[in-house]
Amino acid sequence: MKKVTKFWLFLILAVVIYGIGQALIQTGILNAFYSNMLILMIINIILAVSLHLVIGITGQFSIGHAGFLAVGAYVSAIITMKFELPFVLAIIIGGIVAALAGLLVGIPTLRLRGDYLAIATLGFGEIIRIVFLNIEYVGGAAGMMVSNMTTWTSAFVCLVITILVISNFTNSRHGRACIAIRENEIAADAMGINTTFYKVAAFSIGSFFAGIAGGLFSHNFYIIQPTNFGFLKSFDILIFVVLGGLGSLSGSVIAAILLTVISTYLQQYPETRMIIYSVVLVVVMLYRPQGLMGTREITDFFGKKKSAKGGI
Amino acid sequence: MGALLQVKSAGIQFGGLKAVSGFNMELNQGELVGLIGPNGAGKTTSFNLLTGVYVPTEGDILFDGKRLNGLAPYQVTRNGISRTFQNIRLFSELSVLDNVKVAYHSLAKHSILSSIFRLPSHFSEEKVMEEKSLEFLKIFQLDRFKDEKAKNLPYGQQRRLEIARALAASPKLLLLDEPAAGMNPQETHELMELIAFIRNQFDLTILLIEHDMALVMGICERIYVLDHGQLIAEGTPDVIRNHPKVIEAYLGEEVPSADA
Amino acid sequence: MEWLQQLINGISLGSIYALIALGYTMVYGIIKLINFAHGDVFMVGAFVGFYAIKGWGLGFFPALLFSMAFCAVFGVLIERIAYKRLRNATRIAALITAIGMSLLIEYGVIYARGAQPEAYPDNVLPSTTFNLFGAQINSQSLFILAVSLGLMIILQIIVHRTKVGKAMRAVSHDIDAARLMGINVDRTISYTFAIGSALAGAAGVIFGVYYTKIEPLMGIIPGLKAFVAAVLGGIGIIPGAMVGGLILGVVESIVSALGFSLWRDAAAFIILILILIFKPTGIFGKNTREKV
Repeated sequence: MKKVTKFWLFLILAVVIYGIGQALIQTGILNAFYSNMLILMIINIILAVSLHLVIGITGQFSIGHAGFLAVGAYVSAIITMKFELPFVLAIIIGGIVAALAGLLVGIPTLRLRGDYLAIATLGFGEIIRIVFLNIEYVGGAAGMMVSNMTTWTSAFVCLVITILVISNFTNSRHGRACIAIRENEIAADAMGINTTFYKVAAFSIGSFFAGIAGGLFSHNFYIIQPTNFGFLKSFDILIFVVLGGLGSLSGSVIAAILLTVISTYLQQYPETRMIIYSVVLVVVMLYRPQGLMGTREITDFFGKKKSAKGGI
Repeated sequence: MGALLQVKSAGIQFGGLKAVSGFNMELNQGELVGLIGPNGAGKTTSFNLLTGVYVPTEGDILFDGKRLNGLAPYQVTRNGISRTFQNIRLFSELSVLDNVKVAYHSLAKHSILSSIFRLPSHFSEEKVMEEKSLEFLKIFQLDRFKDEKAKNLPYGQQRRLEIARALAASPKLLLLDEPAAGMNPQETHELMELIAFIRNQFDLTILLIEHDMALVMGICERIYVLDHGQLIAEGTPDVIRNHPKVIEAYLGEEVPSADA
Repeated sequence: MEWLQQLINGISLGSIYALIALGYTMVYGIIKLINFAHGDVFMVGAFVGFYAIKGWGLGFFPALLFSMAFCAVFGVLIERIAYKRLRNATRIAALITAIGMSLLIEYGVIYARGAQPEAYPDNVLPSTTFNLFGAQINSQSLFILAVSLGLMIILQIIVHRTKVGKAMRAVSHDIDAARLMGINVDRTISYTFAIGSALAGAAGVIFGVYYTKIEPLMGIIPGLKAFVAAVLGGIGIIPGAMVGGLILGVVESIVSALGFSLWRDAAAFIILILILIFKPTGIFGKNTREKV
């Protein structure tokens, strides 16, 4: 499928989905329960795609992503609630601060490999949560009240931007560099790629979008508390990426959608939900570790089969 | 005209162990030189010193007049030294074409933002990279595999691809680490031809680690011999073939008689 | 004297961390896996001990031994079901599976008996306070310290004086060489899990007796902290886990005593980050390099 055709098809699909969603919500066909689920779905997709860039494309095993979600959530909440500035501005600033946090966390930790990197990111995620727990300005343990400002429109726009940016990044020499790092970091070094730069860049971009998701998140649920952003949340996001297939953007999207639906329906039974999640996780890892899509994209099934990811 | 590569008493120490010490080497433009020695002699370690993977704890490495000590590997590559690895290090999930494209990464200048926003510079430079990579694959007769994932190639072609990829970075000096590993005599012969071909075609200087003596004696103009991290001999193949120290290093010392 | 009190508290807490950390470090040393589910074995041990004491009226030592035995079997089960197949898989796959097992155990317990906490009876161990250099020392603290030390000494004996221990050390050095030397690697790995899990179970009972309150998610944070302790001492190194655990316990007590109790948990993670940045191989660790 030609590149340009793919782009326009994506855009048309996006507009169509947006239109349908908007119509369903505005006319009240979809009640609050469903429209809330849709927005939650979008937030989860953004989170999944942002983590996909870090783990799936660049191979950096980060399991503290909820920390950046927290940064975006709290910062954007401060901007709207304390400074009474517009929502859009709040989201953008939330994203930027989250990206800076990503930079701060990434620079020292990205020199670590594998298990150690995972634990370090987990540690940082916890530290961020504990920091917010201790700041009275944002309500400490009790949390912070945030007005509901997230709409289908604002969420959808953020989603489209997220997917476009990360997809464009991936399908470029920069994305190729990141995939090279994932495949064989030493060889990537030897081929002239500044691996530290790209690892940190991918990490920061991933954090940026997690921050954006945070802004949407905090303005959707009336209250945010540090407990929302613990490692269980990081694992939730991790599960989207892993089940979707490490290295597949569309896989992350699909997994996020499916798991949001499942989790919303199982809202009443949180233990059952977690048991199902964990069993699925273990079974998938044992019997189909490449997840749903492996490293393939949904567009690979249409037209000429491209066996390489990141090709032009 | 000075030597392209000058290594002066280089060495590296890990804790108490001197993996390589007092390493002296001079390579002139266009030479095809071999580096041999028994297993564990420090050959790959020397390569790692030359390419910036290890920082020398002693001595100097001068390339094209520039001191390389302490440069990161990617910087060394950008200065004109490329290498292949003992265990093939291809980007398995990337296509053959993409593997070569990665080599052009540092030549392109368009920024991350330019790619994200799909500015003209992104498209023009990507096009150039695509064309150059394709041409390169044709030279190595790998273009028929261009969309195949690197991991799916047969072993011999993978080695070929690794060499092609290293060359796509336009190096002045190419380091080949046991390129003939795992090859049968027929493949080794083809490799020898390939190496001779690329040396002429690309005006290269080549330093090659090998265990296959037929290959080394067959194409190298000069040979350096390492044992236990130190240079024990240097010279033309004829000199090395009969050098007592080299024979001793490979075959061990004479067994002392029982009543000594 | 306040600081002596805090020191004793810290060492008591630290010995619990140390017992859990030993399991992490042994498993990591032998199969390079961070067993995320280990903290939950600690939790299971606490509950098993509780039911043994409350339900069957067992005394401290019988309950301790029973819990240890139960957890040993439990640990081996986890290994056989989940980790064995993944020995040659990527590190990420193994880690994710471990996370999955951890969640499964936690929510399985909640599903089975609810999420509400339980309280150990007060009178399991004799509790008298006596005066030492002006500090009020509880005999319980000393007792659990003695039990923990006793277990660690037994572990050292097993590792260094028995065939099983020798096999464990061999496999953690070089799994293939060990196999070629005739060591039953699968069995050795199972023993490692068994011993590590038994220690975690012991830690669970000790925790229950000392702090009384137990609940299904109690293993998460102590589990992570114990892992930090293992890394601090040098992952894969047994004395390291002991030292790391004790240091972490003392640091946490000091942080708490200085008035920053909300930052207690952060102390462990900050230590982790510092170690990983400045000396990833830990206090007793050696440098290993990836072969290029």
